[in-house]
Amino acid sequence: MARTIVITSGKGGVGKTTTSAALAMGLAQRGHRTVVIDFDVGLRNLDLIMGCERRVVYDFINVINGESNINQALIRDKRCDALYVLPASQTRDKDALTKEGVGKVLEDLGKSFDYIVCDSPAGIEHGAHMAMYYADDAVVVTNPEVSSVRDSDRMLGILSSKSRRAEQNQPPIREYLLLTRYCPERVAKGEMLSVGDVREILSLDLLGVIPESKAVLTASNSGVPVIMDQESDAGQAYSDAVARYLGEDLPHRFLEIKKKGFFSRMLGG
Amino acid sequence: MGLLDLFRSHRNKGTAAIAKERLQILVAHDRATRNQPSYLPQLQRELLEVIRKYVDVDMNSISVNYEQDETREVLELNIVLPEAVAPKGQ
Repeated sequence: MARTIVITSGKGGVGKTTTSAALAMGLAQRGHRTVVIDFDVGLRNLDLIMGCERRVVYDFINVINGESNINQALIRDKRCDALYVLPASQTRDKDALTKEGVGKVLEDLGKSFDYIVCDSPAGIEHGAHMAMYYADDAVVVTNPEVSSVRDSDRMLGILSSKSRRAEQNQPPIREYLLLTRYCPERVAKGEMLSVGDVREILSLDLLGVIPESKAVLTASNSGVPVIMDQESDAGQAYSDAVARYLGEDLPHRFLEIKKKGFFSRMLGG
Repeated sequence: MGLLDLFRSHRNKGTAAIAKERLQILVAHDRATRNQPSYLPQLQRELLEVIRKYVDVDMNSISVNYEQDETREVLELNIVLPEAVAPKGQ
């Protein structure tokens, strides 16, 4: 039985797709058969972040409408055999994403995958609702910034009332906080909400803290999930998050200000 | 850190604390209203109309709260009467 994970936030631009790509790749690299699905119909971007945009033939909506079978639409990742991408449709309207259709596709995928990662669109409209409806676990991606934290809390309310688990009185969705774009320097100056502040406000288990990092843009430029850049702080932080999701107990890194080396101090870097 | 930075950091000090305080109030309020039945505002208005027939109270002196836990639901009605209660029409 596959586990379905929704990557959600409410607010846009906080790093949902970056996180979906990184977590899916991380799970697959550890040998778990993983599929990552783009729910952002009309504004698909996961294919770009995953670097498979030129290999899209059929999409999620084609599968729901029976115009292609699931195996025709799945794109196998060239870097990792256990990873597949199901792209969103770029042209059709969002209503094609029906509850029954999504449920059927997830059920089919559940037969051959261990993890189904659902990349939610921003907002709390239909697409976001469909992405979270069947979830077992939710990763709430949040920036340490007022509007993002508020939207995350709003999303938590929706997860606990509008999901299938809620409607069928099953155990609730497991919710995790992933704090992204974190700047320890600004936190130390009192300019940015600390990880403790955000946890206190949202009262959520912390899956990870991803530091603000140049590596995220560099990775998306070249269509490589940032978790593959293990030289980078963001890549390592995502690896830790994957390990924690799988039950490992790791200390949180990158919460303190980086000590500058002698040379960078001398050169004013 | 230069002299200029010292002044700058002083000016910015504590905006995170302000953000936290604002969010705590907002989130508490959002959560309180999230699970309320949709008829509450209407109930509050109608109750106020009935009470006003007898006592002069304004909108702020009446609060209707709804709480829910696993075993029960509590509808709490709180009316602050004015200090000198003068029944109407006297």
